[in-house]
Amino acid sequence: MADLYISEETADDFEMAAVDATLDGRHVVVRESERLIRAGTSARHGHRHLLLPALHALQNAKGWISPGGLNYVCETLQVPPAEAYGVATFYDLFRVEEPAQAGDVTHVCVDAACQIAGAADRIAELKAQGVNVHESPCLGQCERANDATGEVAVFVQGVGGPDSVAADDTPYELFHQMGDESLRLLKRIGVVDPTSLDSYRAHGGYESLTAAIEMGAEAVCTAVADSGLSGRGGAAFPTGIKWRAVAAEQGRPKHVVANCDESEPGTFKDRVVMENDPFAVIEALTIAGFATGAENGWIYIRGEYPLATARLQSAIDQALEAGLLGDDAAGSGHRFHIEIRRGAGAYICGEETALFASLEGFRGEPRSKPPFPTTHGLFQEPTAINNPETLLNVLDIVPIGADGYRSRGTERSPGTKLLCLSGRVAKPGIYEVEFGTTLGEVLELAGGLTGSGELNAVLMGGAAGSFVDRSYLDMPITLEDARERGTTLGSGVVMAFTDEIDLVDVLVRISQFFRDESCGQCVPCRVGCVRQNETMVVLQEKGSLTSERRQLVDDIAQVMVDASICGFGHTATNAINSAIKLGLVPGVPS
Amino acid sequence: MIDDPTSVVTVSLTIDGQAVEVPEGTSIHKACESASIDTPTLCWAENLTPVNVCRVCVVEVEGQRALVPSCARPAEEGMVVETDSERVKHSRKMVLEFLGSGVDLDQAPELQKWMDHYGSDTSRYDQYELPALRMGEAPKIQDNLYIRDYDRCVLCYKCVEACGDDAQHTYAIAVSGRGFDARISTEFDVTLPDSACVYCGNCIGVCPTGAIQFKTEYDLRQEDDWRPEDQDVTRTVCSYCGVGCNLELHTQDDKIVKVTSPADHSVTSGMLCIKGRFGWQYVQPVDTPTRKA
Repeated sequence: MADLYISEETADDFEMAAVDATLDGRHVVVRESERLIRAGTSARHGHRHLLLPALHALQNAKGWISPGGLNYVCETLQVPPAEAYGVATFYDLFRVEEPAQAGDVTHVCVDAACQIAGAADRIAELKAQGVNVHESPCLGQCERANDATGEVAVFVQGVGGPDSVAADDTPYELFHQMGDESLRLLKRIGVVDPTSLDSYRAHGGYESLTAAIEMGAEAVCTAVADSGLSGRGGAAFPTGIKWRAVAAEQGRPKHVVANCDESEPGTFKDRVVMENDPFAVIEALTIAGFATGAENGWIYIRGEYPLATARLQSAIDQALEAGLLGDDAAGSGHRFHIEIRRGAGAYICGEETALFASLEGFRGEPRSKPPFPTTHGLFQEPTAINNPETLLNVLDIVPIGADGYRSRGTERSPGTKLLCLSGRVAKPGIYEVEFGTTLGEVLELAGGLTGSGELNAVLMGGAAGSFVDRSYLDMPITLEDARERGTTLGSGVVMAFTDEIDLVDVLVRISQFFRDESCGQCVPCRVGCVRQNETMVVLQEKGSLTSERRQLVDDIAQVMVDASICGFGHTATNAINSAIKLGLVPGVPS
Repeated sequence: MIDDPTSVVTVSLTIDGQAVEVPEGTSIHKACESASIDTPTLCWAENLTPVNVCRVCVVEVEGQRALVPSCARPAEEGMVVETDSERVKHSRKMVLEFLGSGVDLDQAPELQKWMDHYGSDTSRYDQYELPALRMGEAPKIQDNLYIRDYDRCVLCYKCVEACGDDAQHTYAIAVSGRGFDARISTEFDVTLPDSACVYCGNCIGVCPTGAIQFKTEYDLRQEDDWRPEDQDVTRTVCSYCGVGCNLELHTQDDKIVKVTSPADHSVTSGMLCIKGRFGWQYVQPVDTPTRKA
């Protein structure tokens, strides 16, 4: 065979069958007489992008990735075992040692929204019942966290069977704006049957794609650019600029990627959309492919979203069947296919270049920018990458035009924004509000505060966002106001904390989250996240920080902001520093 | 590729107030060098693709929000670069301090020099009752050719690059795990004789901290008898085949204690095979590694 050295351990029939079923014949064929010539990273991707699905298959088959199983995958895909092991050990959902307790793994969220709803108690209860519990970072179901009932987010990782989430067999009831006529992005949530193309079409589905094809690719890019739409994942990069850059690239192939790796603590908007209106994501991605001239559509979705994954796959299958995807997608003359890839438990893979690396079958380590994804994206080829919320806006822009779209929101933040309300609000859930609505109005929309305490702080934009205090209640929710007042909208998280909650406990958890999730590639972030966490633990234990430790907080923050490779390191100190600066942390001078 | 400029076009930039002109495609790091400005590096090497992970070579570029890694960013026309601003000094100091706070840098004199220069104070972390460390693990001694002491590993990725795409294409080791717990490992941490390792020793050649070193060097250090100042380096040509690899034989008390090759040598680029690196048994026999039957 080829010149890879593979040890003697072999896979059993069960593991081989699981891998074969996943790869579906897409093996790297190397004849006995042929010597495989490997030619550097750039020429090496071949079938490597199937590594992550193959590792998922092994994990699901046995509950861990055995040496024999790994060898089988490595031989099949011609990946060096050390590299495949490096990939497998990068992800939370993969085990490389036989687990002490066999069977399904119950992941219970311990991040902020669930933490203050009593996650620790729930975990103790489950453990007492003998359940195989794994403490998990945010599972993207924050609207289910309920202080009164003690309910917290749970994801069950199946062994030998499917994965599941709490919502799998109940209708989605946690949407409080259902039927509101003013909704633009969420108008179909709870109204449309998410499993039926006919139902989607009956509610206006695929009208935007038809309109886009009539307008032509260039006109769509122009409309998106003129609309002022900016990315909703947190960085707020103008979508039109991104699309035009990819459209202008002459090289082939090109890609459009839906970044569905929603993992920012407190964020669940994309999950709600994908679970309840999956065809909208598929239609919007198809328009993105058409507008940019990309033939390949990819959906990279976090591994903890099994229901959304199943609904999206079903939507793709139905769209393909109906000719809305394929070699002549919707009669446009444009070839467009979509493939889904599941992440495996790594927050960093939501960073666009880390997502590319993960999808390509490498460790999810971010790459230096420049070069940017529009020229060197997935497989180093031109790529437009957007999150589902951003894409949904395109469905709105195409039929009503840039001017119609701009009739909502403000001059610099046109349109509407999806917000994820959680924490101590009466009606946690996903809300669509026009840009310009104030923070106070948003909290009222979610039924105001719950419990007996007063509002102490609101976490804006997630763990990578920042805390604000009561003085921000009059702040309009716009990109410009957030920037001017030193905070961020980030991924749309609005998490309310009353003064009954010990904010230091929350800060310790946030710092632990970053410590656990740093990819470890660059020194400022790899070590900085650990030292930040240690400082917070000391604060929790002693109730205050010495002046030397207080100085360290600032020193750590500065090097991480200045010298980290990616947005993770740039933002990992924001929440803690914002809380200190607002004087929300007793014992720490601001 | 960066720092392999084939263009005759030059770009002009300003570094610390000096006007500098370099061929298009030159890195900021090389441009600094041409202006006689010393830049600390760790994960960068002449003969490897820049991975820009250590962040110790960062510089401030006017108009850029974050600092940029000088090793991987090409110099551009009109760029204004600061290598000694407060932000640069702070980042370099902290990066070195972070490294020194978690691993053993005793055998990295170059780094220690820079730590003194920037005032890195690793004792700031000793105040914690339990600062996380990457220490206390026994060195991996699995054969008589080389050892791996991961207490000294700064995760610069150089050994992975030398083992993989940049030289040997053997892929015996890779980064495993994540975050602070990430480490260099074979699959399932199997021993080197059980791995794909071909004992070219190119990982030793590129390791900046002594985390991977010749067994001969390790043994002498254990006996407190490693004396670089008493060593001679003799340049010769490897006698095993016709390629013409240059060897540098490091001898102490007239015994070969390690073998290197110059990174700028046109044939080797600093890389050797097992024969050049370890094949001096006929001069002074050592045990050979054996793969499990």
